[in-house]
Amino acid sequence: MLPKTNCYVGYIRTENIMLLNYAESIRLGFDYLLKHYDNVFVIGQGVWSPWYVGTSMIGLDVTYGEGRIIDTPISELGVTGMCVGAALNGMRPVCVHPRMDFAILAFDQLVNQAAKWSHMFGGQSHVPLTARLIINRGGEQGAQHSQALHAWLMHIPGLRVVMPYSVQDAHDLLIAATLCDDPVIYIDDRWLYETTSLVTEIQELSLNNIESKCIREGQHITLVGAGYSTHLCMQAAEQLTLQGTRCEVIDLRVLNPLKINVVRHSVEKTGRLLVVDGGWASCGLTAEVITKTLETMDLKLLKKNPQRITLVDAPAPTSRALEKIYYPTVEQVCQHVKAML
Amino acid sequence: MHYSDISGLSSNALFRLLHKMLIIRETEEWIAQKVGSGDIKCPCHLAVGQEAAPVALSECLTKSDRVYGTHRSHNHYLAMTDDIEDLISEILGKESGCSKGMGGSQHLIKESKGFGGSVPIVGATIPIAAGAALAMKMRNMSSVAVAFFGDGATEEGVMHETFNLAAKMQLPVCFVCENNLFASHLHILQRQTASSTVRFAQAHNINHIQLDGNDVTLLYRKLKLIIGKIRTKCVPYFVEVMTYRWKGHVGHLEDVDVGLKRSEDLEFWKQHCDPVTRLYKPMLEQALISEEGFDILKEEIRKRIQCAWEIALQAPYATEDKLLRWVYKN
Repeated sequence: MLPKTNCYVGYIRTENIMLLNYAESIRLGFDYLLKHYDNVFVIGQGVWSPWYVGTSMIGLDVTYGEGRIIDTPISELGVTGMCVGAALNGMRPVCVHPRMDFAILAFDQLVNQAAKWSHMFGGQSHVPLTARLIINRGGEQGAQHSQALHAWLMHIPGLRVVMPYSVQDAHDLLIAATLCDDPVIYIDDRWLYETTSLVTEIQELSLNNIESKCIREGQHITLVGAGYSTHLCMQAAEQLTLQGTRCEVIDLRVLNPLKINVVRHSVEKTGRLLVVDGGWASCGLTAEVITKTLETMDLKLLKKNPQRITLVDAPAPTSRALEKIYYPTVEQVCQHVKAML
Repeated sequence: MHYSDISGLSSNALFRLLHKMLIIRETEEWIAQKVGSGDIKCPCHLAVGQEAAPVALSECLTKSDRVYGTHRSHNHYLAMTDDIEDLISEILGKESGCSKGMGGSQHLIKESKGFGGSVPIVGATIPIAAGAALAMKMRNMSSVAVAFFGDGATEEGVMHETFNLAAKMQLPVCFVCENNLFASHLHILQRQTASSTVRFAQAHNINHIQLDGNDVTLLYRKLKLIIGKIRTKCVPYFVEVMTYRWKGHVGHLEDVDVGLKRSEDLEFWKQHCDPVTRLYKPMLEQALISEEGFDILKEEIRKRIQCAWEIALQAPYATEDKLLRWVYKN
């Protein structure tokens, strides 16, 4: 058991700008929500323990009490169902699943109940539930501790799905998700927790006004990612600059409902589209992005067939040797880009 | 027949119990007939014979309490709302229905009258009711959440998860298992090692009681105490009400899905355990109601149903724009 600290001060603060890492940004988002909204509470297995949620929730249980930061028995479905019930009765719960794989046990409540509640009751009742699902891969954890199942959730009308890449979005999207009146799946990635950036003061945003964002301009090719795969795209774009290739990078941010305008405008300009994802190809994020882009743009503007980088169609391996070739890498993105020019 | 004990209850209270049970009985029989004639297409899981528990419970709740139901919830809905009109419209898929024509028989709601919603995934509203209770506790509301479910739901893992959570977190929730001895086509002894489900509550240290589910005054007296205890002490409670399903799992026929043996049992339950008769007879004996008065009461309800039916038939379906309108709130 780690000692509980009163508050985690891991950031430098000057006027309206702070230097934070991704995990600290998530923590800041929680802190803001819990401080300003009495009806927000956080519940899930491991929310008192950095073993489960990294540094993203350190000290919150001390500051806000174990009545609002609730660690639970290992009952994913029961706990998520309780969050649906609490959300129907004036609360704004954030239900944490520290590994997305285990959230599958809660899919009845997410997919059958939360996602459909408003529709099947004629808009008379809503479920303002946020389910925070953490992608926690690598480290030889193997097939049941490594999945990125955002595409599965994107398939469901009624669920909003957000996936922050930037440190700023890590709290902006968490706050927007929690204040949204619909069920939202918020997916963060442990591989991003140490990334650091300057962020501006917190503001409350409506999810309806948040969409994909062009985070790096370029004219040769459009790279599209979400969460950690956006990080890969940005790293690749940086490396390719040295060789004179200018990549435009689009961070999707909101996966469902997916608005494709920003991607389409970019591809109309560059004529080349490469989508990168840490999920599988079939019926996946890359399939949806490419389809939605192509069905709404003038195909004559394409200079190359769109391409994608995904996992191979196999569960995650365990050994470090196989893990190394299983997950998409910056080098892989660079090679694909070069082949498409 | 073992009659309900009506001593000590006001004639007004007794009349309300009888009236509510008759509303459920007559409405369900009407729906059964319309399912049989093909006028209703929506799958209806009828609750004829299971009127007593929801009626008794509805008389013990206050406005801020919340009740959640199942695929077989016409009885819960009517006990809480007295709203025959919106139920019939909903079953016909009309915009005037309680779920705006988007829910049908299996997705009913009327929050203004404490009915928080019914859904057909077995066991799904058990944690939802517990979550409602958690919200009530966090908001210091002194309210009670109720989950109705059948004996089949006790075979779902989520019930066991929720019992542990509700017990550990001390939530003001009443779990009401309507044990009608059947889950779809299988008798409980074909599915479990015992015909009672109270052992599951015992395993999680939840207060529990098994009651005659067809004795409305007994249920009313006991549930009043139990709901009061949940409300003041903020603890969960498990109530198993033993009852019987007069119709098949779904639809209007009595024994099509469970065979001949059941039809013998059914006759016994109808002759000796009908919750309506068990209340009506002692009221008749004590001249709290006359035979003529009873017939008039039923006739008035039938007229109301007839009128609701005709209005619902004329009402419009939910329009095409509603397909997308409520997927998200805004």
